[in-house]
Amino acid sequence: MAHNFEHTPTPREVADLQVRELDSICVNESELVHPWWYNLKYTAWGVLFGIVFVKAEIISWFRIQEMFRFESFHMYGVIGTAVIVGLISVQLIKRSRVRTIYGEEIHIPKKEFNKGQIYGGLLFGLGWAVTGACPGPLFAQMGAGYSVIIVTFVSAWLGTYVYGVFRDKLPH
Amino acid sequence: MLETLKQPWPWYVAGVFIGLTVPYLLLVGNKTFGISSSLRHLCAACIPGDVKFFQYDWKKEAWNLFFVGGITLGAFIAAFFLSNPDPIALAEPTQVYLASKGITDTSHLLPAEIFSWEQLFTLRGLIFFVIGGFMVGFGTRYAGGCTSGHAIMGLSSLQWPSLVATVSFMIGGILMTWFILPHLLTL
Repeated sequence: MAHNFEHTPTPREVADLQVRELDSICVNESELVHPWWYNLKYTAWGVLFGIVFVKAEIISWFRIQEMFRFESFHMYGVIGTAVIVGLISVQLIKRSRVRTIYGEEIHIPKKEFNKGQIYGGLLFGLGWAVTGACPGPLFAQMGAGYSVIIVTFVSAWLGTYVYGVFRDKLPH
Repeated sequence: MLETLKQPWPWYVAGVFIGLTVPYLLLVGNKTFGISSSLRHLCAACIPGDVKFFQYDWKKEAWNLFFVGGITLGAFIAAFFLSNPDPIALAEPTQVYLASKGITDTSHLLPAEIFSWEQLFTLRGLIFFVIGGFMVGFGTRYAGGCTSGHAIMGLSSLQWPSLVATVSFMIGGILMTWFILPHLLTL
């Protein structure tokens, strides 16, 4: 279990972190406690993100069809460029040992392999081609005024819930 | 200026911006990029029940909900103030194929023939909204992430399980598009 507690964590803190770490993708145990409005940094970036999602037509069902039919480079260009920029950034961060703006050491949790990445991945792929949306674009489609996507969103939420309920019974 | 912004933005602009999300989140708060977790946090916040998977302090991950709130707002701004008046410039073969399935309205980002309230209580609506959405929510959590968490964040940090997940996403999508969707589109 990776964490960056700077004090000896209490059993309760460890248990809480372990639950959140179950196949998680965004767990960081920061010592810092900030007022809620510090989170607006993420909202601000999210706003730009949402604009890009719409303007580059990433939330378009049509663009996803083109991608899976191999008839357009657009989505491959978007994802490929994003990975290259992300890769260079992560390398620079690791090598320079730069810290966060609050002086914390930067920590990227390691992803452990389990068979869920295959079974779940295939299932998500099937859903992605039908809905034309991954979770991010679902939010953007609702924001862009496609009100019926509320139904898709509620179904996705329910899907996550059902996974949580049956998690122990599924092969991982 | 505004006219330029209203045109569709090229892939490299979007790609660079989305890629920069990775260092932004790390630098401002030690957060790793991932969007599908927001669905889990919403479960933990609203309907935790006695499910162990949702028994945690979701407030520690609240940043994720602020982020997706921003995405929703940004999409609203782009759609209502920066929208492109022209139909989407779809690749010719895709357009021909979809037309053969009766999908011809490319004036919006989503085809009006499928994604409308009128379709909700039809077999098509059940498949495209209800079952499709369920597979997205169930599948991403089962896989431990979606396009952002695995394909972008995971590959950027050279984690091979994310490559497995990304390849699985693509295989699932290709199977659906080539073998199942042709039947679903004509329902």
